[in-house]
Amino acid sequence: MTQARKTKTAIRPANGRLAMTAPSDLARLDAWEYAPAPEARDYLAIKPRYELFVGGRWQKPKSGRHFATINPATEETLAEVAQADAADVDRAVAAARTAYEKYWRRCPPAHRAKYLFRIARAIAERSRELAVLESVDGGKPIKEARDFDVPLAAQHFFYYAGWADKLEWAFPNTNPRPLGVAAQIIPWNFPLLMAAWKIAPALACGNTVVLKPAETTPLTALRLAEIIEQADLPPGVVNIITGAGATGAALAGHRGVDKVAFTGSTEVGKEIARACAGTGKRLTLELGGKAANIVFDDAPLEQAVEGIVNGIFFNQGHVCCAGSRLLVQESVHDVVAELLHRRMQTLRVGDPLDKNTDIGAINSAAQLSKIEELVRSGDDDGCSRFQTECDLPARGFWYRPTFFTGVSMSHRIAQEEIFGPVLSVLTFRTPDEAVEKANNTPYGLSAGVWTDKGSKNFKIASQLRAGVVWSNTFNKFDPSSPFGGYRESGFGREGGIHGLLPYIEARP
Amino acid sequence: MMTVDAVGLEERAADLAKRSIKKHAKIQGLRIAIGCIDLTTLEGKDTPGRVAQLCRKALTPDARDLSLPHVAAVCVYPSLVGTAKKALQGAEVKVASVATAFPSGQSSIAVKLEETKEAVADGADEIDMVIDRGAFHAGRYRDVRSEIEDVKRACGPAALKVILETGELGTYDNVRRASELAMEAGADFIKTSTGKIAPAATLPVALVMLHAARDFERRTGRRVGVKVAGGIRTAKQALQYLVIVKETCGDDWLSPAWFRIGASSLLNDILMQLWKERTGAYQSDEYFTKD
Repeated sequence: MTQARKTKTAIRPANGRLAMTAPSDLARLDAWEYAPAPEARDYLAIKPRYELFVGGRWQKPKSGRHFATINPATEETLAEVAQADAADVDRAVAAARTAYEKYWRRCPPAHRAKYLFRIARAIAERSRELAVLESVDGGKPIKEARDFDVPLAAQHFFYYAGWADKLEWAFPNTNPRPLGVAAQIIPWNFPLLMAAWKIAPALACGNTVVLKPAETTPLTALRLAEIIEQADLPPGVVNIITGAGATGAALAGHRGVDKVAFTGSTEVGKEIARACAGTGKRLTLELGGKAANIVFDDAPLEQAVEGIVNGIFFNQGHVCCAGSRLLVQESVHDVVAELLHRRMQTLRVGDPLDKNTDIGAINSAAQLSKIEELVRSGDDDGCSRFQTECDLPARGFWYRPTFFTGVSMSHRIAQEEIFGPVLSVLTFRTPDEAVEKANNTPYGLSAGVWTDKGSKNFKIASQLRAGVVWSNTFNKFDPSSPFGGYRESGFGREGGIHGLLPYIEARP
Repeated sequence: MMTVDAVGLEERAADLAKRSIKKHAKIQGLRIAIGCIDLTTLEGKDTPGRVAQLCRKALTPDARDLSLPHVAAVCVYPSLVGTAKKALQGAEVKVASVATAFPSGQSSIAVKLEETKEAVADGADEIDMVIDRGAFHAGRYRDVRSEIEDVKRACGPAALKVILETGELGTYDNVRRASELAMEAGADFIKTSTGKIAPAATLPVALVMLHAARDFERRTGRRVGVKVAGGIRTAKQALQYLVIVKETCGDDWLSPAWFRIGASSLLNDILMQLWKERTGAYQSDEYFTKD
């Protein structure tokens, strides 16, 4: 090294043409920024106006009204969709009833499977188009739509296609029979995936369906209707109607419906439960959550931080099973907070269609103001707020990834579901205290446990009152794995063999 | 010691590998990558002629584009340090030499120290040593550490890169442990592999070592660089490593002072990609010098 220093004179090669750039200068010139890598959307055809998909045809709403669906990242209007009123709900339920009596309950199970396989393949074939549509209508990053929502939606159809002709083996000696017409109301956070979760098991079991997507994200469900049309399903087996809360209430309250399945807020879930009480309708609810993500001091902390990030910032935190309460052992609180803060600075917030975007747009103005209101309450309660220091686009709905430390169980941000990219960090001292705090919530949808000690992991997991407990990971899904809640997070399970039960009568 | 969860680690590495690096970011990234290369020849049939030609390539990777940086270092066996030093006389390209009974490390400490001193005396700016994996697996961590300390002393002014040979360590926990051990013993760089064992460098292994180096700096204030080596042959792989460095440790690590890629055929693939970015078409490999 000394020798090199001594001879550090300008190099003079014989031909004198040698120009050299010192590598040490390169990174100093300017920071290495990723160039924009937007997914193309020019091939994506969105019609200016969508009608209701009822009885196998696209029908104008009797209400005569349409409403706009926008891109939350730009606030541009993407399309107008029909607003179904009570008369439209009537027509859709009647179409589903006719299809049930005329075709679907008589359709040999293996044929039902054939249709489901067809839908699954079509989703897979049109995955890019569906991913882009999901991203522009809902604001989620294209990488999540592409790698999570759409493939998992296809997998659900594949999975339940397999069950359609094996119900007798799934529930032996119970003579499993379909229920009839299922009314299904789904939320805006995973629009296509939730449609798949609802439609696939219902059809596999021999029910017909009236599905209502959320009013802010109807486009992928309507594209799914086109796929179903092309798959040549008998008319009326799947009906997709659009509209807001009133449409959903009319659908859930309709007397011609045998089964109601709802995914959404606990508040609306309670209303639906009241409306269904005493009607004889079967009901499943998948509602809110305030999941505890428990990090012990013997956890693989680097991966735990990834799990925390994935747990709360996946899909901008618009996830009912989000790990929104971080319970961290007090002895590692500071190091976890530091690692988390550092990791958050590398999150790329912006254009959802950019393939390098980690955090997309907040789904709607209403959701954004709800997030802001709860963050203000965290500030007012004296919690310390940490955020990703990044620029946000001028138009559209955006929120910086955020976490609070110094949070107590009694603070609103530790109790209420924020449904945004906001994490509350609380501490505990002993495993018993961690379990007690984790269970100390009206919800019980999911939880996470981080420790390298296997025995502790199993012990804690078995004590948590939550439908799903992830060990050393978070937000993992598979069609064969049941998902659902305890207490105010709802009842009934979706996915797996358990996901068939809400759609059959299974008694001898 | 911080433990490592293999599933989560590999998932994170795979996520980072999906970053889309296009246009000016690709060009800039590839230029940075060239500047971080330790251009390496470690063959039994290496000769002074071969090494001299490689040194020329190190100085001017592409005679058609003199705006490109030179590589960080040329890495050779100890017997060829003198040749490399002469060929690189006056240039900023470092001469790195493997030592300590590379690649197995199965020799006496006296032989290892003597070899190190000779390489430094011949003009090596950097020494790439291998750790005693036998001692590591036998649980004699203190021996591994004291050997690194001895070699560090023998290096004198030369920088010490410590090869962990992660392909022989078996678990990511061991990679983390070996990384910490080497840094505490005075390593200036921790390095994945000799290139003689498969698997050599992988993205998850690099990620563990970067985590360890970043945490070590936070704890002690001393920054230790990371070198990945073995099996990195394509421009795309090089960019993936740069992404991992950038997103784990920050932009100021994207410098040969803190990050190196030990490679030989990688350089030509980078040059090929750079010409493709410029002209929109791939050129035949005959347009790139095979030194």
